[in-house]
Amino acid sequence: MSSTFDTVAGFISEICDIPREQIKPDSHVTEDLEVDSLDFLDAVFNIEQKFGISIPLDDWTQQVNDGAVKGSRYFVLENFCAEVDKLRESAASVPAS
Amino acid sequence: MSGPLPGSPASDMRIDKFQFVSLIEVLDIPETKISVRARIPDDHSIFEGHFPGHALMPGVLLTELMAQTCGFLLLSLNGFARMPFLAALKEVKLREFVRPGSELVCSAERAHDGSGYAVLNASVRLRETQKRICDGTLMFRIVPFPNDELRQHMGDRAHEVGLCISRDGVSLLEKAAK
Repeated sequence: MSSTFDTVAGFISEICDIPREQIKPDSHVTEDLEVDSLDFLDAVFNIEQKFGISIPLDDWTQQVNDGAVKGSRYFVLENFCAEVDKLRESAASVPAS
Repeated sequence: MSGPLPGSPASDMRIDKFQFVSLIEVLDIPETKISVRARIPDDHSIFEGHFPGHALMPGVLLTELMAQTCGFLLLSLNGFARMPFLAALKEVKLREFVRPGSELVCSAERAHDGSGYAVLNASVRLRETQKRICDGTLMFRIVPFPNDELRQHMGDRAHEVGLCISRDGVSLLEKAAK
């Protein structure tokens, strides 16, 4: 988790020009850090490339827009990083073809 | 049903209508690659300003050619179900001057397939010499069509530049006719 958080926070800091020390595990991407959707997409792209995963951003956004879950479920960084870790574990358990 | 004939000269791009792709020559769905032809008109009012006595194709329009080429690839990959919108340009380099009347080849391939977005690498070359004119990495958001009018327009444009859209997928008209 900590290494994932450090990586994610590093990308967000660099791409969104936010001082690294302002990015906390309980920061909400849009509500606290005010990251706009394009910069977040860019961060997601870098995270996917770094970890070799596919983040189902469309599905998460749809769930939030439908009211099925709160935005914090995916877009508070500690929750986001937990999802990233799950995706990394799944990717690691799939044998290379 | 009419479309471009295989091997026929590419028509000029229609700058006033913002239609830069003349003809799609290669569409490789499994490899997620595309190659198109685009001919710059010999004369156009934009060359009066860009530049007087030194007519050049504006780099922003060469970038638009790359964007439209990438767009046709992404539309083909999703069966014209969702619309790609240019979101970001990364590392675009404009390497050479391009004169009116030049015939170009623009190629693109998908480098990353994200959820609701994609990143592609594209380049433009002079058709005759294969000299590289410009290249770049482009990011697109891919979203549902905002309305039927745009969906219909993109389908019509696809046919004009040589694509066949069917229930079996998207292919070149030339191949679909065989």
